[in-house]
Amino acid sequence: MNGVFDLGGTDGLGKVQTIENEPVFRAEWEKAAFAMFSNCFRAGFFGVDSFRHSIEKMDPAEYLLSNYYEHWVHVIEDRGAQKGVIDPAELDARTQFFLDNPDAPLPEREDPDLLAFVDAVVKSGAPANRPTDKEARFAVGDKVTVIADSPYGHTRRARYIRGRTGEITAAHGAAIYPDSAGNDGPEAPEHLYTVRFTAEELWGPGTAEPNNTVYFDVWEPYLTTAS
Amino acid sequence: MAQPTDTPLRTQEEITARVKALEAMLIEKGIMTTEAVDRLAEIYENEVGPQLGAQVVARAWTDPEFKQRLLADASAACAEMGIGGLQGEEMVVVENTDTVHNVIVCTLCSCYPWPVLGLPPNWYKAPAYRSRIVREPRKVLAEDFGFPIPDDVEVRIWDSSSELRYWVLPQRPAGTEGLGAFELAALVTRDSMIGVGPVGTP
Repeated sequence: MNGVFDLGGTDGLGKVQTIENEPVFRAEWEKAAFAMFSNCFRAGFFGVDSFRHSIEKMDPAEYLLSNYYEHWVHVIEDRGAQKGVIDPAELDARTQFFLDNPDAPLPEREDPDLLAFVDAVVKSGAPANRPTDKEARFAVGDKVTVIADSPYGHTRRARYIRGRTGEITAAHGAAIYPDSAGNDGPEAPEHLYTVRFTAEELWGPGTAEPNNTVYFDVWEPYLTTAS
Repeated sequence: MAQPTDTPLRTQEEITARVKALEAMLIEKGIMTTEAVDRLAEIYENEVGPQLGAQVVARAWTDPEFKQRLLADASAACAEMGIGGLQGEEMVVVENTDTVHNVIVCTLCSCYPWPVLGLPPNWYKAPAYRSRIVREPRKVLAEDFGFPIPDDVEVRIWDSSSELRYWVLPQRPAGTEGLGAFELAALVTRDSMIGVGPVGTP
């Protein structure tokens, strides 16, 4: 989908605001929001691609103005409602309760299996590379153009590379295809490549800074041989 | 008083109540526990952070064969040191040289190599960095980070659009010939492994 989250090359968003010695979590709620990602992943709310797509479908003004971990909270609400686990009206009522009673305790529950899962997933992760019988259509050194489609739904084909031509610098085998998995389809693995674009190709020779390149990972269906 | 996570849309009190309500419901549904929250916070506040990436960089500076393995397959090389996992299943290390300077970003979301750098700083996830670093990296590095790159050095931006997780092997600073891996690791900053800042000086 064409959305505000696809930020590469957007102008007018101001200076980068760095903060010295920023804490990993700036508030207690950020810890809970962070934990919801892995805990709800385990409960089958989403994969990493459908997680991202849920964020992409946020109200665009809210996306730009809210905290990063509020995006994650949005996903839990959105996917939790889809799964029938989170009732939005109940959530609103209970939010009001905690606004009125900020020191009210959370329910107590023990779950050693969840703790074991947390330690295991942090250590080993969830790899996205997949075996495939498909032969790779492209190879390192090939000149390729990113097909200038604007698909609806989830894609990693950022707007600033569409229609642009570059050179394949690495071939990585196959990986889960976000344009399928991110739209709640099957993993449908596709070959993955890294493509090198010059700044002149991306932004135009009159605008580009000199001597810059961008490396971007693309799945095979995004590509065609450069003419 | 203004809180760090206040926004024009919600105060920290409102966000806190919303997240607490959601957490309460997820606990009751058997999906979450407060212990899991505490454990994850403990891991990323105290165990997994840029000190791990710094150890890898210091070893690469002192062990040429390890550096070869790191550049060939970063995940396998890091695994030799017990480093790896979530959001770094397939890591790729890109090396700075006299002629190439590398920078990482994720313009579409906020992908970042957690096992070696920890969780990303807020500026990395915010629109300004994600929008501008691919379009005007020299300006952003010089003006926003105070870290200008000479014109004759190519700036390579790695936009982390897939599950590959890129990070930067900075150059070993001059005057560190006598230092061991432990002292060298102390010079390696998080920003130098993102590509937006220098390593320290001894």
